[in-house]
Amino acid sequence: MRTGLLAKKLGMSRIFRDDGTHVPVTVLHLDDVRVVSTRTAERDGYNAVQLGWGRAKVKNVTKPNKGHFAANKVEPTLKLVEFHVAEDALLKPGSSLSAAHFVAGQKIDVCGTSKGKGFAGGMKRWNFSGLEASHGVSVSHRSLGSTGNRQDPGKTFKNKKMPGHLGAERVTTQNLEIAAVDAEKGLILVKGAIPGAKGGYVMVTDAIKRARHVDAPYPAGLVALPVVAEPIAVEPAAEAPQV
Amino acid sequence: MNILQKYEADEVARLSALRAVPEFVPGDTLRVAVKVVEGERTRVQNFEGVCIARSNKGLNSNFTVRKISYGEGVERVFALYAPTISEIAVVRRGDVRRAKLYYLRDRSGKSARIAEKARVIVPAAAKPALVAAVETPTAE
Repeated sequence: MRTGLLAKKLGMSRIFRDDGTHVPVTVLHLDDVRVVSTRTAERDGYNAVQLGWGRAKVKNVTKPNKGHFAANKVEPTLKLVEFHVAEDALLKPGSSLSAAHFVAGQKIDVCGTSKGKGFAGGMKRWNFSGLEASHGVSVSHRSLGSTGNRQDPGKTFKNKKMPGHLGAERVTTQNLEIAAVDAEKGLILVKGAIPGAKGGYVMVTDAIKRARHVDAPYPAGLVALPVVAEPIAVEPAAEAPQV
Repeated sequence: MNILQKYEADEVARLSALRAVPEFVPGDTLRVAVKVVEGERTRVQNFEGVCIARSNKGLNSNFTVRKISYGEGVERVFALYAPTISEIAVVRRGDVRRAKLYYLRDRSGKSARIAEKARVIVPAAAKPALVAAVETPTAE
């Protein structure tokens, strides 16, 4: 199992393909996504990598987190999140992840925090049909209706669907498709909508219900570090301009 | 400009490099060449009519063309940067005072005509397709 990526939802756009089709996409941004720390089976009981997104100002980092970043010798990040991985997919703290971790056409799962709807009634929250518009119904057109039986059982069962707080919870959308990846700009374009508001952080992982894509890099798509160029012997121009 | 706007601006630049978008406004008569896929091969189909509305919103810009086909009004909405359109040619410049010409839907015959606007001078190099269209006398 590979690590996922931590990304920021920018909003929705579209892609015009050359064959004439167009795809509605959600644009996700990776800004300096780095491995902050790892968890290993022998020390913590499970294997995981901890990723950070962006760069936080040192003055805005809490004292415990400052210690955590310092222990791993990593620049402070704005957000931290953990991904469980297989033992051979563990990454070194400090290594940067690229959007090329995912490939176009691959299926992914995206996990985010949905938009908060506040205290919502049964119709909005549970898709109840409410009461009738006429036939003697007064005032309570959007109410629940009955919540139980009579003297037997004499109580409302637990987990009865009722009005209450809706949204602002962890939501995972499965089997979304990667429409395009721009590793240079750090953009991932996912076909369709994903949970959460613009500017929210989302966790993008390989689809749990599909086999891993053959072209997806294992253990991870890392940002290639600038390699010191070796001096190359300049060959004399073989083909002189012939006029 | 945020990252998303930058992405959309880049897409607009890429798509308008593939096919130039002429300058046109509602009231103009357009000839839109649409690529139609028929099985294996593609051919170009022209859709000529009056532009009755235009929505300018970057990559998501679109315009509506209305024509009368066999006595029946037909409207088509095109995405301005769609790669399925091979050319947009301005046939005639119309003189109108509205941005949305939805009133044409309720009219037919003489009252549905739009007066031609005085010629707009467009640099030949910038808009070759447009000038060619303007120079040819429009058949009424």
